Amino acid sequence: MTQEPLWSVFVGASLINNFVLAYFLGICPFLGVSGKLETASRMGGAVTFVMLVSSTCAYGINVLLIAIDAPYLRLISFIAVIASTVQLVEMFIKKVSPALFRSLGIFLPLITTNCAILGLTLFQTNKGYGFVQCLAYALGAGVGFTLALVLMAGLREKLELASTPDVVRGTALTLVIAGLLSITFMGFAGLGG
Amino acid sequence: MSDTHLVDAAGPSSTDEFVKGLWRENPVFVQALGMCPVLAVSNTALNALAMGLATLFVLVMSNTVVSLLRRFIPKQVRIATYILVIATFVTIVDYAIQAISLEMYRALGAFISLIVVNCLILGRAESFASKNGVGRSILDGLGMGIGFTVALLALGAVREIFGAGSLFGVQLFHDAFQPWVMMILPSGGFFTLAGWLLLFNWLRARAETLNSAKLADALEATS
Repeated sequence: MTQEPLWSVFVGASLINNFVLAYFLGICPFLGVSGKLETASRMGGAVTFVMLVSSTCAYGINVLLIAIDAPYLRLISFIAVIASTVQLVEMFIKKVSPALFRSLGIFLPLITTNCAILGLTLFQTNKGYGFVQCLAYALGAGVGFTLALVLMAGLREKLELASTPDVVRGTALTLVIAGLLSITFMGFAGLGG
Repeated sequence: MSDTHLVDAAGPSSTDEFVKGLWRENPVFVQALGMCPVLAVSNTALNALAMGLATLFVLVMSNTVVSLLRRFIPKQVRIATYILVIATFVTIVDYAIQAISLEMYRALGAFISLIVVNCLILGRAESFASKNGVGRSILDGLGMGIGFTVALLALGAVREIFGAGSLFGVQLFHDAFQPWVMMILPSGGFFTLAGWLLLFNWLRARAETLNSAKLADALEATS
């Protein structure tokens, strides 16, 4: 178990090694739901919640799997936990806020195949984080994902008004902006050492 | 070659199921599926090739199994079942790569395990393998997998040539070449993919303009 301070775990996951812009995890929702600022921030909230729950469960499962000496079941059990958490969140949102449920649409069940979440559970296992560190890591990753998504949505809302050539419209332009954002985030590399 | 031509003329054929993934419905350049591994492990051509082949294997095997079981899987739990099938094959690939080359395993890192959540594989299982026979599903998996590998290689080659001045680890330029480090960094992945997409958009736009110009000419000739 590493003794990394919680603050450094959090900043590392949210800014320095941002899941979207440095690790390329969760690119699909990043490109798909970043059209509108409102939807983007809510999507970020849902993903952060799923990350926290999955991270907690994954920590428990990993302890159990090590105890029964079956590490080859790790991947399968992690993905099963994530799928059920997403199902839970889906039912919860549908009950509490049908409007939000409609605006997220197909991207809500697709959180299951959001690689940022499976990546998070795998990375925390590889790094050997303790329970509290896992929570800080999950929170950091969620905040980082939301930050990237919201920044992107803000930029894209402005771009709607700009006149761009037809050829670059769509995914290509979004990718160029993502590249520029990624360069910007490299500036955080000195933080926290 | 002449055989395939005859089959082609007979309508949507098994050859077509194979070929569509290579170009017309290329998973990366046209459908924009499975972008995460495309961007993350394409920093060298060799990594890109290994990742492409691993994905190809998982895609073909999961397509086969899903297609075989398509009559037995209840509709409500189909996505969960597909994911479990995929996760099984990914675990096999994960351990196989670890046994074949530990160096490659370290270079690809968690991204081998993350093949599970590659939307391309789940997408093919849901939209093709669950509705078609085994033979066609295997061909579809092969075509899509090879299309994916080619796209990964296209990105990996460009990034390695500019970022390290080499291709598959072989130095291409004189010592005086200054590597363009940014191409290996994350932002380089975004820019390279954007560049390829721009090229394809431009080619498609040009083809459309040419077609409509031809159509206009033909209309003028008839009137």
